[in-house]
Amino acid sequence: MYTDKVMDHFTNPRNVGEIENANGVGEVGNASCGDIMKIFLKVEDDIIKDVKFKTFGCGAAIATSSMVTEMAIGKTIDEALELSNQAVAEALDGLPAQKMHCSNLAADALHEAIKNYKEQNG
Amino acid sequence: MKQIYLDYNATSPVRPEVLEVMLPFFKEHFGNPSSVHWAGRAVAGAIEKAREQVADLINASPAEIVFVSCGSEGDNMAIKGTLAALKGKGNHIITTTVEHPAVLDTCKALEKDGYDVTYLPVDKDGQLDLADLEAAITDKTVLISVMWANNETGNIYPIEEIGKIAKKHNIRFHTDAVQSVGKVPVDVQKANLDLLVISGHKIGAPKGVGAIYIRRGTRMTPLLHGGHQERNRRAGTQNVAGIVGLGKACELAGVEREEYYKRVRALRDRLEDGISDQVPDIKLNGTPDRDQRLPNTLNVSFAYIEGESLLLNLDMFGIAASSGSACTSGSLEPSHVMGAMCVEVTLAHSSTRFSLGHETTVADVDKVLEVLPATVQRIRDMSPLYNCGKTTDECETCETVRRI
Repeated sequence: MYTDKVMDHFTNPRNVGEIENANGVGEVGNASCGDIMKIFLKVEDDIIKDVKFKTFGCGAAIATSSMVTEMAIGKTIDEALELSNQAVAEALDGLPAQKMHCSNLAADALHEAIKNYKEQNG
Repeated sequence: MKQIYLDYNATSPVRPEVLEVMLPFFKEHFGNPSSVHWAGRAVAGAIEKAREQVADLINASPAEIVFVSCGSEGDNMAIKGTLAALKGKGNHIITTTVEHPAVLDTCKALEKDGYDVTYLPVDKDGQLDLADLEAAITDKTVLISVMWANNETGNIYPIEEIGKIAKKHNIRFHTDAVQSVGKVPVDVQKANLDLLVISGHKIGAPKGVGAIYIRRGTRMTPLLHGGHQERNRRAGTQNVAGIVGLGKACELAGVEREEYYKRVRALRDRLEDGISDQVPDIKLNGTPDRDQRLPNTLNVSFAYIEGESLLLNLDMFGIAASSGSACTSGSLEPSHVMGAMCVEVTLAHSSTRFSLGHETTVADVDKVLEVLPATVQRIRDMSPLYNCGKTTDECETCETVRRI
C-alpha cells in the first residue's frame, strides 16, 4: 500500500521532536480524523535553520511530516511557503488515494508555523 | 522472522484436516450435485453430510441448514428475506448499534425503502440493556437481530435472554453468530433462534462459504432466484468443496471447542495481563468481565497514538493485528463500535484488536509482550498529544464520531 520512501520515512522519521526556543509553531488536523501535526521552526534571517515535528496519525501522516522537515530545512520562508502538500506526496513517490485528503497535511502545518513566525516577528 | 498472526477475527487459515477432505471435490468428484448421473450422485451425499455436521454443531436439524457464500449473504438473506416474507405483518426491525456492517448497512438500506429500524445503544463497556429492547418492541416489530458476539470487542450478548423476549412477543429472532461459532457454545434451541448465520473462513474453512440456520416453518423470501438448490431457499450451484470444508470445520469445532476455549482463553488472558502490567495509559474496549467476552479477543486502546501507525510498526516484527482507526477502515471515521461505546475519539483511533486462534502459541504472545511496550513508547514520543498536559482518559461530552 505504501511506497518504499513512505515506509523509510515512517520507520526512520527525520527531525522528530520539539525545538525549545522555536520562533514559529504550527498545528493542523484534528483528532476526529485521526491526524494532528505540529511543526516547530527555528528561523534566522528568514532562513529555516531547523525544523522538528510531532505527529499523531497514520503511516502517511508520519512520513509526510518527516519529509516536509527535510524539504524545508535551508529554505527561505518564502521558498518554504511554496512547498505544497502535493509536492511532499510526490517526494515520497506518491500516497494511496484515500490518504491524499486526510493525512497529507504536512505542508499546511509548515505554512502555519511560518505564519506564526511572521506574526511574532512581523 | 517468525510471522505471528493475531487477526483470527478477520479470517483464519484453512485447517489441514479441512483442506484434505475438500481436495477430491476439485477433481475426482467434480459433479454438479443437482445432476442425476454418477457424477452428480457422487457429490450430493457429501453436501448432505456437511449439512449434518453444521446442524450438529448448533443443535439444529440438517433440513434447517442452507448453504450460502459468506456471512454477509446470510445476514442479508435473514433480514431482507424476513421483511419481504412478513410484508403486511409489520415493518419494524430492532437491532443494535454495534452490529457488523452486514447487518447494519442492510438495515440502513431497508430504512431508505421505508422500513423502521431501532438501533439499540450500548453502554461504555459495549453491553446492551435488555429493558431498552423490551421498550423498543411495537406491534409492527417483525424482527430482532442481535449479534451473538461482537467482532471488535469480543463482547458476548445475552442471546438466550433475548430469545425469551422474542418468544414472549412472538417476534422472529436472528443472530449473526459468525464470531461465536466454535468459540463458545451455540445452541439454537436454547436461544430460541429462528435464524442464525455462520461464516466458514472464521473457523478454519475456506473463504466463500457460509451457512444460515432457518428454523423449520420460518417463511422466507429468497435473496437469489433461479434453480431449485437448497430446497428452493437459495438458488445457485453449490460450492461443493467449500461446503464439504465447512462441514468438516464445524465437526472439528464441536469436538475441540472446550479444549480450544481453555487453551486460547489462557493465552488471551496472558496477553491482556501482560499489556496491562507493562504499558501505561491504556483502555480496554469491551466488558472487563472476561467470561462475557470471546476467549480469543482483546481490544485495547493505547492513548496518544494512532492505530495504523501501531499496526505498521508491529507488522515490522511480523505481528499481524487490526485496528478500529479510520485509516484502516477506509473511511474518515473510526470504528462505529467504538463510537457506539462512546470511546473518546483519539482512543477510538488507537483501538487495536488482537484475536487469537488455533495456531497461536505462548511464544507468540510473549513476543508481542516483548515488542509492544517499546513500540508504543516510540510512537508516543512522536505524538503531540503525549505529555502535553491533556488527558484523553474519559469521555465526558462524548466527542466522538457516530455513524448512527
